[in-house]
Amino acid sequence: MGKIFVIFKRELGSYFITPLAYVFIIIFLFLSGIFTFNMGSFFARNEADMVSYFRFLPWLYLFLIPAITMRLWSEERKQGTIELLMTLPISLGQAVIGKFLAAWVFTIFTLSLTFPLWITVNYLGDPDNGIIVASYIAAALMAGAFLAIGAFVSAISKNQVISFVVTVVISLLFVLSGTGVVIDFFREWAPDAVVRSISELSFLSNSERMSKGVIDIRNIITYLSMIVCLLIACAITVDMKKAD
Amino acid sequence: MASLIEIRKLRKQFGAFVAVDDVSFSVDRGEVLGFLGPNGAGKSTTMKMITGFLTPTAGTAVVSGHDIGKEPMKAKEKIGYLPEGAPAYPEMTPQSFLRFVAEVRGLRGADRDRRVDEVVSRVSLESHLYVPIESLSKGYKRRVGLAQAIIHDPEVLVMDEPTDGLDPNQKFHVRNLIQKMAPNKATILSTHILEEVEAVCTRAIIIAAGRIIADGTPDELASRSANHNSVLLRLKRESGTQLREKLEKLPGVKRVEFKEDDAGASLHLFSERGRPILKDVSRLAFDQRVEVDEIREERGKLDEVFRELTHEATVKAGREN
Ligand SMILES: Nc1ncnc2c1ncn2[C@@H]1O[C@H](COP(=O)(O)OP(=O)(O)O)[C@@H](O)[C@H]1O
Ligand SMILES: [Mg+2]
Repeated sequence: MGKIFVIFKRELGSYFITPLAYVFIIIFLFLSGIFTFNMGSFFARNEADMVSYFRFLPWLYLFLIPAITMRLWSEERKQGTIELLMTLPISLGQAVIGKFLAAWVFTIFTLSLTFPLWITVNYLGDPDNGIIVASYIAAALMAGAFLAIGAFVSAISKNQVISFVVTVVISLLFVLSGTGVVIDFFREWAPDAVVRSISELSFLSNSERMSKGVIDIRNIITYLSMIVCLLIACAITVDMKKAD
Repeated sequence: MASLIEIRKLRKQFGAFVAVDDVSFSVDRGEVLGFLGPNGAGKSTTMKMITGFLTPTAGTAVVSGHDIGKEPMKAKEKIGYLPEGAPAYPEMTPQSFLRFVAEVRGLRGADRDRRVDEVVSRVSLESHLYVPIESLSKGYKRRVGLAQAIIHDPEVLVMDEPTDGLDPNQKFHVRNLIQKMAPNKATILSTHILEEVEAVCTRAIIIAAGRIIADGTPDELASRSANHNSVLLRLKRESGTQLREKLEKLPGVKRVEFKEDDAGASLHLFSERGRPILKDVSRLAFDQRVEVDEIREERGKLDEVFRELTHEATVKAGREN
C-alpha cells in the first residue's frame, strides 16, 4: 500500500507541474456548462436538474479522458523512465494501480469542480439532490472505466497520438454498445447472454439509467470488473512491451 | 562467502536473435568490473537482466544472495542502477525526483531528507536542485541519475555507460565518484572508453556478439597485445642492415619490422608471447658495437587487444555494427 501511494503521489503531482491539468480542467468545466445549460434544453424544459448534464457526460469523457491517459505509459516508455521504475523495488501491479489511481483521483477532482452547476440548479429550482449525488458517484465510476481503457491502450504504443485515437475508438464502442447498431450486429450470431452482457457494458445506457439516479449494484460491479480486467491487461501489456 | 553478484549462464534471445549468450561471471565487494564491448555486443541487455528489467531466456543472476528471478523485490532493494542515458522524469526537479526514489526505496521523513542531502552533496548537485530535470545539461542530468542510483547506499551498483556523452571534466568527476564509492560495493559499469577501464576498473570483461571473450585485470588484458614488450630501436642506416639479420635470429624475437628513412633505420621487434626481450636486444647491440640512437620497450595497450579480439569475434558471428 505504501508503495502504491508513493507512485500515486508522484504521478498526481506531475499532472499539476505541466499546464496539461489546467487546460484539461478549464475545457472540462467549460463544456460541462454548455452541456447543462445550452444543449440539455435546461431552460426549454423549464426544469432545474442535472439530467441533461449526466446524459452528455459519456461524450465529454470520450474525448477528454484519452487526453489524460495517453501519456500514462506511452511517456514512461518514450522517456525510458520505465526502465528505472521497473528496476526499483516495486511490483508491476503496484505501479499500474498507483498510476491508475492518480488519473482517477485527478478526474474525480475535476468532476467535483462542477459543483457550481449543482448550486445553480438548486438556486434556480428544487431538484432531487439524492439523485444528483447518485449520479455523481456513477459518473466517477464511469470515469474509472474510461481511464482503464486508456491506461491499457497507452501501454500498447509509445506514440501519444496513436494512444489517444485508439482510446477514443475503443471507448466509442463501449459508449455505443447498448445502442441498436451494435446490439443488432451481435444479435445476428451471438448467444443471448453475450448480447445482454454487451449491452450491460454500454456507457450510454448506464449513464441514462444513472442520470435518473438509479445505481444498481449490477452497474457498480460491471464498472469495477471492467476496471480490474483492463488493468490486468494493462499490466500484462506493460510487461511484454517494456523493453521495445 | 559468495560474491555479491553471481551471473550464471545468462542468455537472452530476441526472437531468433541471440543478444547475450552463456555469460557467467561474479563480482566481489570492492571490485569494479568494466564491461567492455563494441556497440550491440550485449552489454546493456546483460545489465537489464541483472537488474531485473528483462527476464533472461536462460540462466540466472544472483544479487546479494537473492535470485533476481525468484526474489525480485529483495534483489532490487540491494541494487542501485543507472540505466543508459540516465532516464528521469523530465518535468520533475532533482529534489522531488530524488525524494520520490528515496520513498520508493522505503525511506521516509527525516531519513529520506538526510539521504537526499547526502547524495546531492556527493554528486555536487546543490546548485541545480530546483530546476526541472529537462532543462539540465547532460552532465547534471547524469549526476541526478547517479544520485538516484546510490540513494539507498546499495551493495551492488550497476551503471550503463555512466560517462557517455560527457565532456572530459565531467568524465573525470564521475570517475572520481565511482572510485570513492567502490571499496564497499560490488560495481559493474559498461563503457567503450578504454582509458576509463584503466582509470577505474579492477577487472575487465570484454564481450562481443553476446559472448565473453576475455576476462582479467586491465594489465593482464593489455599484455595480450601483440605489441606487449616489443622493442623499438633507432640507429644509423648501415648499422640497421647489419643488425637486422642477427636480431631476427635472436631467441624470443618473433618478428622484425624494418623501416628506413633519411634520418636512419628503425626496427620494431615483436616478442614471442609477450616476454621481455629488451635486455637481450641491448646486449646484442652492445656486443656488435653498434651505436644506438634510441631504444624503447613498448607496453601493450588495451585498445589494441580490444580491437583484435572484438574484431575477430564479431566477424565470426557475422554481427558487424
Ligand atoms: N528489445 C530488443 N529487441 C530486439 N533486439 C534487441 C532488443 N534490445 C537489444 N537488442 C539487440 O541486442 C543486441 C545487443 O544490444 P545491447 O545489449 O543494447 O548492446 P550494447 O549495450 O552492448 O551496445 C543489439 O544487436 C540489439 O540490436
Ligand atoms: Mg548499451
